[in-house]
Formats: sequence, C-alpha cells, structure tokens
Amino acid sequence: MALTTRPEQRPTQAERRPSIALSFWQSTLGKKIVMGVTGLIMIGYLCVHMLGNTKIFFGPEEFNAYGHWLRVMGAPVLHHQWGLWIARVVLLASVILHGVSAYQLSRRDIKARPQKYVHTKPRMSYATRTMRWGGVILGLFIVWHVLDLTTGTTHSGGFQEGHPYQNVVDTFSTWYGNVIYIVAMLAMGLHVRHGFWSAAQTLGAGNRTRDRALKAIANALAIVLTVGFISVPVGVMTGVVS
Amino acid sequence: MPSYSEYTEYAEYTVGEPIKDERAPAGPVNERWDTRRFEAKLVNPANRRKHTIIVVGTGLAGGAAGATLAEQGYHVVQFCYQDSPRRAHSIAAQGGINAAKNYRNDGDSIHRLFYDTVKGGDFRARESNVHRLAQISVEIIDQCVAQGVPFAREYGGLLDTRSFGGVQVSRTFYARGQTGQQLLLGAYQALSRQIAAGNVEMHARTEMLDLIMVDGRARGIVARDLVTGEISTYFADAVVLASGGYGNVFYLSTNAMNSNATAIWRAHRRGAYFANPCFTQIHPTCIPRSGDHQSKLTLMSESLRNDGRIWVPKAKGDTRPAAEIPEEERDYYLERIYPSFGNLVPRDIASRAAKNVCDEGRGVGPGGQGVYLDFADAIARMGRKAVEEKYGNLFDMYERITAENPYEVPMRIYPAIHYTMGGLWVDYDLQTTVPGLFAIGEANFSDHGANRLGASALMQGLADGYFVLPSTINDYLARNPHKDEVDASHPAAVEAVRETEDRLTRLLAVDGDRTPDSFHREIGELVWEFCGMARTDEGLRKALDRLPQIREEFWRRIKVPGTGEEFNQSLEKANRIVDYLELAELMCLDALHRAESCGGHFREESQTPDGEAAREDEEFSYAAAWEFTDTGAAPVLHKEQLTFEYVHPTQRSYA
Amino acid sequence: MKLTLRVWRQQNADSPGAMATYQVDDVSQDMSFLEMLDVLNEELILKGEEPVAFDHDCREGICGACSLVINGDAHGPERTTTCQLHMRSFQDGDTIDIEPWRAAAFPVIKDLVVDRSAFDRVIQAGGYITAPTGSAPEAHATPVPKADADYAFEHAECIGCGACVAACPNGAAMLFTSAKVNHLNVLPQGSPERETRVLDMVSQMDAEGFGGCTLTGECATACPKGIPLFSITAMNKEWLRASRKVKR
Repeated sequence: MALTTRPEQRPTQAERRPSIALSFWQSTLGKKIVMGVTGLIMIGYLCVHMLGNTKIFFGPEEFNAYGHWLRVMGAPVLHHQWGLWIARVVLLASVILHGVSAYQLSRRDIKARPQKYVHTKPRMSYATRTMRWGGVILGLFIVWHVLDLTTGTTHSGGFQEGHPYQNVVDTFSTWYGNVIYIVAMLAMGLHVRHGFWSAAQTLGAGNRTRDRALKAIANALAIVLTVGFISVPVGVMTGVVS
Repeated sequence: MPSYSEYTEYAEYTVGEPIKDERAPAGPVNERWDTRRFEAKLVNPANRRKHTIIVVGTGLAGGAAGATLAEQGYHVVQFCYQDSPRRAHSIAAQGGINAAKNYRNDGDSIHRLFYDTVKGGDFRARESNVHRLAQISVEIIDQCVAQGVPFAREYGGLLDTRSFGGVQVSRTFYARGQTGQQLLLGAYQALSRQIAAGNVEMHARTEMLDLIMVDGRARGIVARDLVTGEISTYFADAVVLASGGYGNVFYLSTNAMNSNATAIWRAHRRGAYFANPCFTQIHPTCIPRSGDHQSKLTLMSESLRNDGRIWVPKAKGDTRPAAEIPEEERDYYLERIYPSFGNLVPRDIASRAAKNVCDEGRGVGPGGQGVYLDFADAIARMGRKAVEEKYGNLFDMYERITAENPYEVPMRIYPAIHYTMGGLWVDYDLQTTVPGLFAIGEANFSDHGANRLGASALMQGLADGYFVLPSTINDYLARNPHKDEVDASHPAAVEAVRETEDRLTRLLAVDGDRTPDSFHREIGELVWEFCGMARTDEGLRKALDRLPQIREEFWRRIKVPGTGEEFNQSLEKANRIVDYLELAELMCLDALHRAESCGGHFREESQTPDGEAAREDEEFSYAAAWEFTDTGAAPVLHKEQLTFEYVHPTQRSYA
Repeated sequence: MKLTLRVWRQQNADSPGAMATYQVDDVSQDMSFLEMLDVLNEELILKGEEPVAFDHDCREGICGACSLVINGDAHGPERTTTCQLHMRSFQDGDTIDIEPWRAAAFPVIKDLVVDRSAFDRVIQAGGYITAPTGSAPEAHATPVPKADADYAFEHAECIGCGACVAACPNGAAMLFTSAKVNHLNVLPQGSPERETRVLDMVSQMDAEGFGGCTLTGECATACPKGIPLFSITAMNKEWLRASRKVKR
C-alpha cells in the first residue's frame, strides 16, 4: 500500500464553480460563517428585547404600549404587523439556520474523533460542551417561551391577548416558570459569551491586538443580557412588579 | 593489478585503473557549465513523459530534483522512508545557505565563493564542480524566494545576510535558525504540486533495499513497503539517489535516527564506486551525551563561538562546579594555542582541541566528555538582554535538553559527527560509475573535498536537485534510448528481490540474544574511537581487525522480533546495520590508506610541528574511488587525480 | 526512576487495540521521553516480545515525526515535541498513559504510529506557490516588508506533526491548514494564487474528514511551534474574501 499521498483526481473548488451559496453551505467554514452571522443577528435581537423588557418596571401602561408598538412598528410605511412579521421571519430563519448548522457541524465533529482518549482531561472542550448543550437548552426554551407568551398555548393563568404585562406576571408567579426562565438565561449568557467572540473569529475580525477588546465586549454583552433578562422574574418574585 | 602488500595483515586492497571525470568540458572554468549544457543532448519535450525516473529520497536534493524533473515532463517515481516527504533530515539544518549575490557589496563574487570552497575543502574537491556550484548559488536564492521561502529581511524589505563559519563576506542567507526547514518545505511544496498534478508518483514509508541492473545499466530498484512489509520492484530509465549521508554509522551523530546508508551502499555493491568514505565532518558545538541511554546528539549553531569562551580546568579530574573554579585555574585552551583566531578556529581544529583536553582527563560533565562554553564575559560585556536577543533560542534549546541555565552556568559542549563529505563517486554530470545511476546531495562526494564549509550543504543539495541534475540527466536519456521494457519477471529483478528477501529472512531467523541497537552502538563506538576526530595507523588497524568479528557475531546473535510482513522497525534497523558494518570497514580502510591529514581526516602521524593537519599533496592529491568486490574481500582503489588550475594548494594556518 | 507505562498496543489498522501495562525501572532524569521508550523496547526485544512502534526521526524537534499523546496531552506536559520532552518532567513512581494521535483522518497503522498523509494531501491541494524551476525573477525584484516576512515565517514554522488535530476535541486541522495559508498568502509571491489556495485547501481539509473548528483553542495550546489561534481567524478572513472574489 504505502501511503497514498496523492489526492483523488477531482476538480478543484475553483474549477467546479458551484454556486456561492452551495459552496458556502458545503464547507465547514461556510457553515460556521452562517452560524456567526445568524448568531450576531440574534444577539442584536436579544439586546432590543432585553431593553424592551425593562419597560415592565414602569408599569402596565408603558409595557403594554410597548407591546402594541411592536405591532405597528414601521407604520405608516408598513402595514399593521408587517414589521413584526418580517422580524419574526428573519429570527425564525436565523434560529433554524443556526441550529441546523450547529447540528451538522457537531455530527461531523463527533465523527472526526471516533475514538476517545483513554486518559481524558477534565478541562477539555469547556466551550464546545457549553455551546452544544447550552444551544439545545436555548432551542427548547424558545419553543416554550413562544408557546407561553406569544401564542399562550401553555400559559399558566388565563392568557390575555394584548395584555402582555399580566401574562408576564402570571408566568413568573409559578415556580417552574422562574426556574425554566432563569436557567435558560444563564445558558444564554454563557452561549453569548463564547458565541460573540467565536463569531468574531469566524468572520475574521479577531487579531492579537483586538482580542482583549473583543473578549471584554463578549463578557459585557453576556452579563448585561443575563442580568437584564433575569431582572424581570426577580422583579415579579420580589413584588417590585405585580 | 598490484596488491598493496604492506597492509595485508589487516585489510587488503588492490589499486586499479585510475578514474577520470570525462564530462567536464575543457576551457576556462567559468565557461564549463555553459559549454556542458550546450553539448548535452536534449530530450524532446513530447517524449519526456515516456521516460520514467526513480528518485530515492525527498530532502533538499531529492525533493528539488523530483519537482523539477516532473515540471520538465518526466514521469517521476519517488520514495522516502519517512511518513511524508516533508520530514527528510535537511529540515534540521540551522545556519543558512551561501550564495555569491554580493548584495552587501563587500567584495564577494562567484570566484570568491569558488575559491573559499576549494580552499575550505582542503584541496580535495574538483575545481569544475565547485565553480559550477558557486555559479548556481545565485539562482538558488531567486528560486527559493519565488517559492515563498521566508528568508530574513531587513526593514527595507530586502534580504538580510550574515557572515558564517569564519568567512569574511556576508553571503549567508537565513531564516532564523531554521533555514533548512524553510528550504525543504519550499522543495516539498513544489513536489506536492507535481504529486497533485499526477507527474510524481510518491511512495512514502517505502525504503529502497537494492538496485536493479539490466545490461550494465541502472533500471530499477527493490523497495520495501514499511507498512505492509511487501517487497516490490520499480523500473525506470534512470535512477537518482538522493538518500543523504552515512553519518549514522557512528551511532551517535546529529543525523536523524533513521537516516541510513542502505541505498548508496546497495548501489556500491552493484558497481557504483564509493569515494573518500573517510572524509567525515565533526561539528564542535554539540550538546554532550548525558549517559549511556543517549540516542542521538543535538547540534547548536556555531555562531555561539562568536561570543562564548571555551575552557576546561587546568587540573586533571577537577570536579568542582564551574563557578568554584577560579579564573587562574581555568585553561582557555583555544585562546592559548591559537592566539589570533582564538575561539573562532575552524570546525576541525576546535573539535580536535576539545578531544585532546578531554583525553588528558580535563573534560567536564558526565564521563568527562565535554568542555565549557562560557558566556559570563559576554553577559558582563554586552548585558544579558543583548545576549538573549542574539542567542535566546539556542539557550532555550540547551536548557530544555540539559536542564541547566546557560545564563548562570557555562554551557557544556562536545564535538559530534554531523556531515559526510564522502559518498558515491560521480562525474561532472552527477552520474556514478553505473550508467543511468545518479547521486545528488550529500549522497555524492563531489563538491566539499575533505571538509565542508558552513552553510554549503544546503547550497549543494539544492544546486544538484534544481539545476544540475535536471540538465545533465537529459543527456543520458537522449543518448540511451531504452530498447526494451523491463518488468518484475526479468531475471535481474527476480534475482535482486530474492537476495533482498533472503537477507531479511536470515535476519529474522537468527533469533539470537542481542538487539539491533546494541550492535549499532558497538560499531558506532568503535568507529568513533578509531576513525573519528583523530586517526592513527595503529587504531585503524585495530578497527579493521574488530569489524569482521562484529559482523560474524552479528549474524550469530542478532535478534529481530516479529515478521517481515508487517510494520517492523527492528527489522528496518537490523537491515541498515548490515550495511553499516561493511561501510565502516571501507571507511577505516580509506582512512588507513590515506596517510595524510586533510580537512576532516586527521592522521596523528601527519601533522606540522605546531599540531596542524599536514597534507601530502605529492602523494594524495586524488579522490579515492573504491570498487566493491565482495563482503570482507579486498576492494579495488581507483584514483581520480585532482588538478588545480585556479586555486593553488597552500597549507592552512590559524595560529 | 521507576515508572509504570500504559501503552496503546494495536497490531495493525484492522485489529482492535488496547492499553498494555509495562514497568520500566532504571530511568534517568536526563533521558528524553523517546530514549525512555528505547529502554523499554530493548527489554521487550530481549524478552522476545514485539517492541512498541512509534514514529520518530530527527529527535531535535523539527521534523515533526514524533507524535505521542502523553497523559492526555499531545506531546506531553511541556510545550514542545515528544522528542524534546525529558523525563525530569515526571516523578519517580508515576504512571504514564501513552496513546496515538486520535482522529478519523489519522488512522492507526500500528501501536502509536498513525497515517498522517491527509496533511500531505491538504498541501497538495494548494499549499504551494507555482514557481517552476528556472522561472524565478531576481530575488530582490520584489521587496517584502519585514513585518510581512516575519508574519510569513511565524506561520511557516509549522512542522506538520498533527498535534493540533490530536488535541482538538473535534479532530480539526484548522491550525495546520491556516498556518500554510497565512504563510503563503501574505507574501507578494503567493498573491496570484491567494484565493484558489485557501478555497482548495479548505475543501480538501473537509474532504479528508477533519472536524470543524469550535475555537476551543486546544490546538494552539498543544502546538510545539506556537502557531497562534489567530492564525485560524486570519484564514477565515481569507476564505471569506476568496468566496466573494472568485468568479464562478
């Protein structure tokens, strides 16, 4: 046999000239870039969402008005709820692309290391593990969160369309509502922390001089988002919001 | 042929017809290469793909040759024993590569590089070859830069050079301490491009074990797949050996663990003359061995001698730590013996002086096999930071290996074998005495005479591989159109395979009580003792007496576990030792017959009153090309008389 | 020193392997790790057992042949190659686990020896500058800023040992591939093939079955030559740039 050191005679990528989208999607690097871009979109969304949430501390009128504005966002250029639906479609696409890429890459990664080392190291792959499990937790959370507060399907009290303030207070009046939400937000914090920095590397934005700044931004984002989101259930629990 | 009766008791040899290089054209030395290239017949580009060329080895010479021949359109079948062509031992060269670019405007020229190399080789190299090397040196740098070799550069973006090995001009191009690595990767990448294009058929982890000769011409090789153990034959119109030197015959050397002499030795047994085997080079600044377990030696750049001072205690058997030995009880012996050159004397002189003080019982470190290389004065003079900038990576390497901090305690160094100037005899076309068999790089004997200058090995390997061989091999192929295809069923191939298989089967069948390494170590110690830094008539005879005994014992007591049909590193080793045993004998015989000192070959009987090497030009101004007869039988010596039209022999003096 | 070694033994690619335990007495602090294995092998040969197969060659840290995972670390506890690791890094009485590189793209050949030819094929896919012998312009025709030359060198230092793949939980070859891409792409000589080089090398890397990068940084920690993790970032940037630029 000796070692075959010659690659199979296949046309080079440049020669094959597949479509940009296809070659992107087929490459591990392309999938990572998809994850990075969709991840950043979602981080942007989370920032807006978190800021909006804090309106709950200013009373039902202000919070409900914010909820209403979401439906008329973009008016009068956009028809009623169009803005919201555009945001929903973009977000849904992001979640799906992000999740599918992550799933396919993870499967590939596991296949690339079929045999584990006998001598294992505890420190191995903190990031990989938190990203994978954290991602799964977040995916499940999003489903629950939508069913709970958007459609009201699994809502605990009587779900009232157009009264988000009351719906939120209802959810965080149950112990499991708080537990699910807080665990998910902690997972989100960790996910954002590695995810933001990682997306920067994937998109080629990192380098030696910029690294400290990128890590600081990632940490700040993670902390602000986590604290901001968790402040709502804590507010309900402590009676600040009722 | 007259027998050399004087030495019959130990080793006989007979003197055969003189040998002559027929290929170098006459005329002015600087026009010979052009003339030769013009006279050489060419192969029609359209016909080149019909020619197969085997290249053994993927170092600087082999990698460069494989890539270039494939670019020209030949079908190349290439071999290396490593798992990848990127690992050949050229990769370990640190210092740099010489080229007569004269970028510094410091008086360098092709003629000066030519002159320095002939003189440095102690007037035992062929002028035509050396001049060609100097001419080509210039093109090598261009070629390597175009390949993306990241040579050191100055702030203006131009190439930096330094002076190296005591040369007075700055002609050495370098890539930090990893010049060999960068040049090799350049050749490897060029080769990779040809592998991908299908022009080179690469066989990694495959070792050449014999040469197949048909009608007096080299037509193929027998090789063993090191993974499966399968023995196969490969055929070609010409065979190129680029398998490196034979320094590993010494067991402890700076060569890679698996570097070996089998390819060239098997070719020698098939009729290629072996020239100047006793010309081996010893490098003075290696890290000394730390105990019997030592498996190889590590070289440290010679540049350390620019600022370090070498000394040993004045008293014998002084075991105090260096710091406790007061200044007046230290012997800075190089500065004492060679006041004008001091610590910067050439490699061979520094090495021998170290051996002498250690033989007197004044060596330091474990086993007394070492001398101090002290940077205390340099640190006091330049400051620790400056020393760190200049030598930091070397100091780190030293500390990693010895666990001693050279900023605080002096380094210990000792000489070690690291290059072999001898090799297969080749003519100006780099063709051996076997038609169709070429030898390039360290595997041949051509350019360095009795001593190689620093930063010249990389230059020669690449010159042979990129430029010389690809021009000269055309001539052979054009003049010798092959008449018939040869395949595995040819009697010569069948016979070569049978011999190889027999040898391996025999090695496996002995089932004795000694490991391959124990024999290798024994041969190495013997050769180092008697055919190392200093050689004597008496010692060489002792070695020649002992070697046949070891050979006999080897075939009685060797133990090789496992089978031949699998990955078996013990079998690989044992098979290489078979060849070291014979080669060591020829080395000692060559050293014994050459009753003069020159370059790396120092005969204690032949020295000037102040202890310098004394050449005997009247008698020994020739290259000794040895013809193989049989194992243990007297070889035949063919002398190639050397003539010096341009550089006139003078005695070196460094006192 | 007396040591207990647990070594992965595997007859060939097709047979299953397992850890085997050996005692080695008489180990000196000054031995290199591979010399310690030499001692074990000498004993095994004399006992009539097969010695442990492992790749090694230059034993001075530059050829990249040696490749052992020692106690879960590629090349062991120090940041260097296995051949430059010395026994003074261990204590008398230690138990040391020795395993081969583990990756789907690096199948085991025997014991601790793996097949790394996938790396060669990644280079063959584009890790070169097309400069046929003889065609080169004068070396000083194209000056290269010192910073670029140094950057190229820093990445060209890669010895192709595969420790990055062995250390990566995903068996990814990103650090290896990026080192070559960055070395050649930063140089003016490498710029004509800049886009095809990165696209083809990455696509070959994927085809060899290496995993993807999750930026855990294990590769850069294990790299004996200190190729930085940002090498991967820089390749991502090159790839993204090439994806936009190459006309299809």
